[in-house]
Amino acid sequence: MNDDWWSRVFNFQDYGQLLGLVQNSLIAAAVLGIVGGVIGVFVMQRDMAFAVHGVSEMSFAGAAGALLFGVGVVSGALVGAVVAALAIGLLGARARDRNSAIGVLMPFGLGLGILFLALFDGRASSKFGLLTGQIISVDGPDLGRLIAICLVALVVLVAIWRPLMFDSLDPDVAEARGVPGRALSLLFMLALGLVVSVAVQIVGALLVLALLVTPAAAALRVSASPVLAPLLSAAFGVAAAVGGILLALGGSLPISPYITTISFLTYLACRVIGSGRDRSARLAV
Amino acid sequence: MTDLSRAGDRPVLRLRDASVAFGHRTLWSGLDLDVAAGEFITVLGANGSGKSTLLKAVLGLRALSAGSIEVLGRPARRGNRSIGYVPQQRLIPAGTPMRGRDLVSLGVDGHRPGLRLRGRRAIAARVDAAIEAVEASRFAARPVGQLSGGEQQRLRVAQALVADPGLLLCDELLISLDLHHQRAVSGLVDRRRRTAGTPVLFVTHDVNPVLAMTDRVLYFAAGQHRLGVPEEVLRSDVLSELYGTRVDVARIGERLVVLGAPDHHQPHHPDRVEVHP
Repeated sequence: MNDDWWSRVFNFQDYGQLLGLVQNSLIAAAVLGIVGGVIGVFVMQRDMAFAVHGVSEMSFAGAAGALLFGVGVVSGALVGAVVAALAIGLLGARARDRNSAIGVLMPFGLGLGILFLALFDGRASSKFGLLTGQIISVDGPDLGRLIAICLVALVVLVAIWRPLMFDSLDPDVAEARGVPGRALSLLFMLALGLVVSVAVQIVGALLVLALLVTPAAAALRVSASPVLAPLLSAAFGVAAAVGGILLALGGSLPISPYITTISFLTYLACRVIGSGRDRSARLAV
Repeated sequence: MTDLSRAGDRPVLRLRDASVAFGHRTLWSGLDLDVAAGEFITVLGANGSGKSTLLKAVLGLRALSAGSIEVLGRPARRGNRSIGYVPQQRLIPAGTPMRGRDLVSLGVDGHRPGLRLRGRRAIAARVDAAIEAVEASRFAARPVGQLSGGEQQRLRVAQALVADPGLLLCDELLISLDLHHQRAVSGLVDRRRRTAGTPVLFVTHDVNPVLAMTDRVLYFAAGQHRLGVPEEVLRSDVLSELYGTRVDVARIGERLVVLGAPDHHQPHHPDRVEVHP
């Protein structure tokens, strides 16, 4: 009984063969881990965790709709996420307006997605995969698309990095110095939509935050360097996404609990390290 | 050479018959102001009287409803990087991925997209010089989110000065600082205008910390304004006339205290709307 339970969580028989099957998923997870970690730094700076959740529910609705109408989950997730992200970017400049807009969008997206899934009578695994993540979902052509989407987002982020950081930190001064805050914010939301649409297909809509917020929150606990913090965050993202898949491969559970657990443990460790450092800094002063 | 002669006969900042209105309410109007190189102008007035709006108008972020503004001989425009600006303090939260010197370096190239591929050393040298000038070297390597309000303000002054501005605008620079930091931070601004001739518009609710360095006072109240040296403006009769009610200016020790100035209700404007620019 106990053994049976344990073998569902960890089971490394035939591991080599399984590894070959999920190679594509591993590559996609690694790329997502990097981009998710990097964009997470701005999600934290701009206080957008709730927006990430809202965008991922709309992306789920898009993907579910695509399943129902048979038009490719990648593009469905992409359209849903980008439309939601830009709508949030356009609607709410102030956090208060933004949060109420997201609060309205989120249940609507989730409900719409559930409706589409209920009407769809394909494999059950695709149904739950979109909400809680799936392991062998990425095939060759899709893999290329997912990586391309992530790369576009990464290029946008690197290009607008410094002015966006300026705008996040001190919008008044940034505006006075000619930083186009509104355009930057929309570009950021576009990148966010792209990344979320990929994350939904790998970890599932409910757990996107584990790759878009937790790694950055962990990294910012231990580093305040504008270069090191995003790099650390990307490393944590990769560790969680790839490590999660590698562990999930053995058992018969979805990958998400593995990813979220690694992510969470990384965060706990960084909190401990960070608070230890704060204490010694205070003692030194 | 040419710079000096130009600075001599042309004001750095020139406002002519400038007015700002929000809807039906005129915040201030008919403002003529010439600010010469090296001048320290202290801008006073009640909350919502349009002090911060004046700075926004000079920065080109708020359009005038009438009149004109020229900065260094050109009409005010957004993104004018010859102006240094330190707005009202917002405390930088812990967990911001930035150290003191990163904050200052935004003043050099924070507006520029893309990676910083070339000229890193030159930028670092300028940032170092600016940090030294505000005596912030001791904490410039620490995360900004862990610095005190006074330390953050020093760095924000350095950020405004690192681009070598021709005009400096400060909005409540000293708010929430203790007396020691008030002196130190206002001293930095004063030194800059003495050594580099950068004129200063200094918005504040309390004139005392900067009274000694103030050349002229611009006082906004009840949709009007007075401009002149402190002894001309900060007088009971002048402010009473300006506010349209009895206002007393008292000298207590070395401090000037304005008593009875209506802050939230003005008899001139019973339908007045609170504006938070």
